[in-house]
Amino acid sequence: MSWLWGAVIFWLAAWAFNVWLAKQPVARTRMVRLFIPGLFGVTLLILWEGIVRGLQVPGVILPAPSAIWATIWASLAILREDFVQTILKGALSGYVIGCGAAVLMAIAIDRSPFLQRGLLPVGNFVAALPVVGIAPILVMWFGFDWQSKAAVVVVMVFFPVLVNTVAGLAASDRMQRDQMATWSAGYGQTLLKLRLPAAMPFIFNGLKIATTLALIGAIVAEFFGSPTRGMGFRISTAVGQLSLDLVWAEIAVAALAGSAFYGLVAGIEKAVTFWHPSQRGRR
Amino acid sequence: MRSVLPILTVLGAIVVLWYGATVWLNAQWTYDQAARAGVEVSLPEVVTDTLSQERPVLPAPHQVAGGLWDGLLGQKVTSKRSLVYHGWVTLSATLLGFAIGTGAGILLAVGIVHNRAMDMSVMPWAIASQTIPILAIAPMVIVVLASLGITGLLPKAMISAYLSFFPVVVGMVKGLRSPDHMQLDQMRTYNATRGQMFWKLRLPASMPYLFASLKVSVAASLVGAIVGELPAGASSGLGARLLSGSYYGQTIQIWSALFTAAILAALLVMIIGVLERRTLKRMGMVR
Repeated sequence: MSWLWGAVIFWLAAWAFNVWLAKQPVARTRMVRLFIPGLFGVTLLILWEGIVRGLQVPGVILPAPSAIWATIWASLAILREDFVQTILKGALSGYVIGCGAAVLMAIAIDRSPFLQRGLLPVGNFVAALPVVGIAPILVMWFGFDWQSKAAVVVVMVFFPVLVNTVAGLAASDRMQRDQMATWSAGYGQTLLKLRLPAAMPFIFNGLKIATTLALIGAIVAEFFGSPTRGMGFRISTAVGQLSLDLVWAEIAVAALAGSAFYGLVAGIEKAVTFWHPSQRGRR
Repeated sequence: MRSVLPILTVLGAIVVLWYGATVWLNAQWTYDQAARAGVEVSLPEVVTDTLSQERPVLPAPHQVAGGLWDGLLGQKVTSKRSLVYHGWVTLSATLLGFAIGTGAGILLAVGIVHNRAMDMSVMPWAIASQTIPILAIAPMVIVVLASLGITGLLPKAMISAYLSFFPVVVGMVKGLRSPDHMQLDQMRTYNATRGQMFWKLRLPASMPYLFASLKVSVAASLVGAIVGELPAGASSGLGARLLSGSYYGQTIQIWSALFTAAILAALLVMIIGVLERRTLKRMGMVR
């Protein structure tokens, strides 16, 4: 029991420290802004460990963080194989194809207001649908390997990016477009020098939403059939064998990959849209 | 209303493309069958055959519509073959999870807005958690809860709740912070307490944000319920329909389950949209 009480006391102490720290003037500095959520995360892990050890929760229900950590180190090879199969082959290739196709499609329909009025409501509608449901169909069509996962990802990311890009292409205002016209810029020049740059904040908004969707699509598609590797495959089989520490290890890798992917896209956004007010404000 | 014609055109184009794809994808099977029987097939025969196969690679729209019609109206509602029955199983998990997730999300948002330490420690995690493929834990949640003796509706609802939770938190925090300085100062000159400030200013001001995130989260919780039905063991619900269809190659069953899910999602989002319009209208906030 001492584990449990120790963890609870530590949690309360850390919480009190956070409350105290948040009221101090130093709370405005960047260091403390990172430190407070970091401490909160650590306390959660310690509380988790304390509960599991104190109440002697069996490992098939909830493994302790230390056990998960040990599993991660012990099965690095498996995790890496799954990472390559699911994230690099399935999610990433699907993401690139889907987002590229969506941006090109948006530029194509941008010239026709008729198509825009027709496609946008349909696109908005499809973006709200449970698109993961088409995973079994695409697995049937494209086989069990990563191609079918990439296809699911393409379908999942296509509509959010399309809708956002179309909205972005309409974002430059009339004055700016008139200015381009007075310089006698052609359609291509206006597109490249004014409208695409002006659309970038919107496009990146869509791209950021799509990162999470891509990972979800790639993992869930593996529940419907996959070769004997991949994160979704490993999760569903490890659950069947009740080796939950391996499941949690996969989840940790997925979470890390998801955050890194999102961070990468957000970093590119920062570099591309440095001129936008939302980026200039944060220094 | 002027967008009705373009929408219909796009939908018409999709149906035409779909028929084209049906013929193209299913033709292989027809040719194989004909070669096995040793007969030559003419093009019109191929087309008619591809549109009416038992287990097509891609069912034609009218086959899916037939499957939907049969599933929704052709069966007794309690029958295992009825899509109404499976849809209801999924819908009940969705709604329960949606209620739990939304309630918890609003409570957490209120806490975050009123407590600075909570804001600084929880909010970054709430935002970071949006970048994590949460659905991956769905099978584990089902199995773990089943080993604790909890089965049926609740495990699926937990996944739904988890998915609908974060959009509500992020949206509500934004909404509860939306009153500007002028309005907050006004409340202070009225000598309003924190409670009054919350009920009379912050909560009403957050309504547009709440509804916007409710639309996202109701769609997310439907996805959660469907994925929650995928792990082995679930025998009813739209997700189980998808899975059994993919095991036995019943493509028409997959497609009609998929369309039922789509109709369900559209209905849920529409209901929230109607509620949104009514509420905002009564509050005088329609833009």
